[in-house]
Amino acid sequence: MSASLDAQAPGWRAWLLAQAPQSRLQARLGSLYLGWLLLLANPLALVGMAIVVALLLLAIFAPLLAPGSPYAQDLTQRLLPPSAEHWFGTDELGRDIYRRVVHGGRVTLTIVLLVAIIVAPVGLAIGTAAGYFGGLLDTVLMRTTDIFLAFPRLILALAFVAALGPGIENAVIAIALTAWPPYARVARAETLTLRESDFISAVRLQGASSLRILIRHVMPLCLSSVIIRVTLDMAGIILTAAGLGFLGLGAQPPIPEWGAMVSSGRSFLLDQWWVATIPGIAIFVVSLGFNLLGDGLRDVLDPKQR
Amino acid sequence: MTETRPILSVRGLSVVFGSGAEAVEAVRQLDFHVAEGEWYGLVGESGSGKSTVLRAVSGLLLHWSGAIEVAGQSQAPRRSRAFHKLVQMVFQDPYASLHPRHTVDRALSEPLAIHRMESADRRIERALIDVGLDSSFRYRFPHQLSGGQRQRVAIARALILEPRILLLDEPTSALDVSVQAEILNLLRRLRREHGLTAVLVSHNLAVVAHMCERLGVMQNGEMVEELTVEQLRAAAPQHPYTRELLSASAGYDRRMAAELAETA
Amino acid sequence: MASAGSSLLSVEDLQVRFRTRHGVVEAVRGISFELGREKLGIVGESGSGKSMTGRAILRLVSPPGEVEAKAIRFDGVELQGLSEPQMRRIRGKRISMVLQDPKFSLNPVMTIGAQIVEAYRIHTGAALVAARRRALDMLTAVRIRDPERVYAAYPHELSGGMGQRAMIAMMLAPDPDLLIADEPTSALDVTVQMQVLAILDDLVTSRGMGLIFISHDLNLVASFCDRVLIMYGGRIVETCRAAELHQARHPYTRGLLASLPRVDRPVDELPVLRRDPSWAQGA
Repeated sequence: MSASLDAQAPGWRAWLLAQAPQSRLQARLGSLYLGWLLLLANPLALVGMAIVVALLLLAIFAPLLAPGSPYAQDLTQRLLPPSAEHWFGTDELGRDIYRRVVHGGRVTLTIVLLVAIIVAPVGLAIGTAAGYFGGLLDTVLMRTTDIFLAFPRLILALAFVAALGPGIENAVIAIALTAWPPYARVARAETLTLRESDFISAVRLQGASSLRILIRHVMPLCLSSVIIRVTLDMAGIILTAAGLGFLGLGAQPPIPEWGAMVSSGRSFLLDQWWVATIPGIAIFVVSLGFNLLGDGLRDVLDPKQR
Repeated sequence: MTETRPILSVRGLSVVFGSGAEAVEAVRQLDFHVAEGEWYGLVGESGSGKSTVLRAVSGLLLHWSGAIEVAGQSQAPRRSRAFHKLVQMVFQDPYASLHPRHTVDRALSEPLAIHRMESADRRIERALIDVGLDSSFRYRFPHQLSGGQRQRVAIARALILEPRILLLDEPTSALDVSVQAEILNLLRRLRREHGLTAVLVSHNLAVVAHMCERLGVMQNGEMVEELTVEQLRAAAPQHPYTRELLSASAGYDRRMAAELAETA
Repeated sequence: MASAGSSLLSVEDLQVRFRTRHGVVEAVRGISFELGREKLGIVGESGSGKSMTGRAILRLVSPPGEVEAKAIRFDGVELQGLSEPQMRRIRGKRISMVLQDPKFSLNPVMTIGAQIVEAYRIHTGAALVAARRRALDMLTAVRIRDPERVYAAYPHELSGGMGQRAMIAMMLAPDPDLLIADEPTSALDVTVQMQVLAILDDLVTSRGMGLIFISHDLNLVASFCDRVLIMYGGRIVETCRAAELHQARHPYTRGLLASLPRVDRPVDELPVLRRDPSWAQGA
């Protein structure tokens, strides 16, 4: 029994929570709002979301939050510890680490979003097609997926970057190439369950084409699993990008990529710990944020828990 | 009985699942015919093959042998779009037959979009009124509806394409007793108003007797008897299995059950 | 209330509540009944509270459900006052429960025999050999023709009727005094239902057990049980002897009976039950 939560709620809230929506838009928005409320009820998910939002804001407002160029060197200010003037200290070339971390957030976010945008649709398309049609198509697609899955992610990314050359764009491509298989698997598994459902049978009986069924009926239901998976995977993607950066194969200096910063700070780890540790902490915090958000999203989106 | 051609004609229908040593004959050489405007019942228990027959007739099942003729046209396993406008199906489980993320409006507009039918808005409103739901239901999601309401939506969805033949797979088995009566009454009214022909599959003899004129009794994939509802009511079934079903539908009888238990 | 013999189970003002985010849901609102060594049927639709009643007696309602009653007395003992270990000694040994679908109530990774033996040994501490023999005896008692084969089989290898019989064998092995059966035949075919009911009838009568038969099927309960309770909205709206069910007085019962299609009584339109809100307030 769905009871309306707030009969006396302010105008727009009552509109969203209405028992009998009057239009498609109202129904859609109302459903999203309820999901939002569920997410809010989970404190850890809120923490995760706060971190992710902070990262987004950091990236968008980097020039405002850390004015000045992240490339500006001052060799007289090398390796200074954190102070009022340099909040996170300076690195081996006298660059302000705080500024580099904030601007580095943009790099991280770019890599992560680009990978997600490539990987999720590709995985979804391949997985649902394989699951729905079965037979030879399924075998071919899944064995291809298996081949990609067989390689450890970082090693395969290394191989691609080595072949394509270092740089952010190639790092993104390399990571995307290694990250898509699990999404295909997840989408396929969901599709296999859904394929025999009565509501799919019903739309088949209406004469819908397979393409229509896949895009409008099957994929929306697989979307939740994929979104959850992507969010949880973000941490892994960040770490892989950082790993590539650490090995000098991702973003090239002087771009302030966090992994590259950790790498170049290695030699100073004992005496000037801040150079490597602070970017490391940034990686950790952002990965944690995405993980928590992903867990929270799973509680909201997982149909089995609805 | 007029001599006009039956609107649905099934001859020698056979369905085999699996292959080799594990092959299971779900349906064996089934024959039955349904005249236009008639409601035909298929009665049987689990494993009898009755639902498989519906899936073959509807076009959901592709691997069958025999002949299926609808409105004078012989049907191949893959059906045409025109066929789907002619024959529609209502499923058993109201909790599984509606897409969980689509509103009622979407569920009803989809078939109209596929068949490019006009005045979708008006048709949707009329379909809802036809099944006894008012417009406040139009933009709700399935999880906001009760079992009976969902089944009404499923019936509206089946009828929105204006089919001539309805296939009903245990339409009230998953519903409460009091809701069952409402849905059965609704189906009878819609039958009168739209002149529908139907095949009703059920394990419940009382429901079949209430809704249909003739029925076929299936056991282990075969039709063991075909009779009219009058014959059933006169307690004149010939086949022992039919008699068993009839007496079981009357409730528990200590004496009869004791005999059955002995043979368990 | 006429009941056979002394009172085996006595329930007074039973209430089951669930506190959810949307408010308090009252599944059972103060019902009372007595049970002797007889077959009592509890009939209701979904949401009537009939299943919750069965579970509340055995303290199987988990939080956020809350159970409260003036008394739940079994053979003179107040069940609400027992500790959990004491309750565990009652569950299965003195009061047993059979559920609807053996596919879900039998452990899929254990053989039937192993499950019956385990259940029996937990309650009686019998040796393995004695328990095995008891399991085979029980399988024979439920009219399974090949008890050795079923003993060694896994639940998925049995048909629904067989599985349910195995379930009954397992639940009756420790010789309980009271059996609560929650829709025990609803997942079975109608001919198999009759067989299983006959076996249940036989065992319950011959052992002098009490039986609570929970179901949505009014006709079945009326023909199988001695007495019937009709539940609606968490309350008992009618109590009567099974044979007198068709003379029932409450409008809900009459409405329910009238709305069922019958092979021998053709009607044009089935009378639809019109729900009176006053029924939920307690007749």
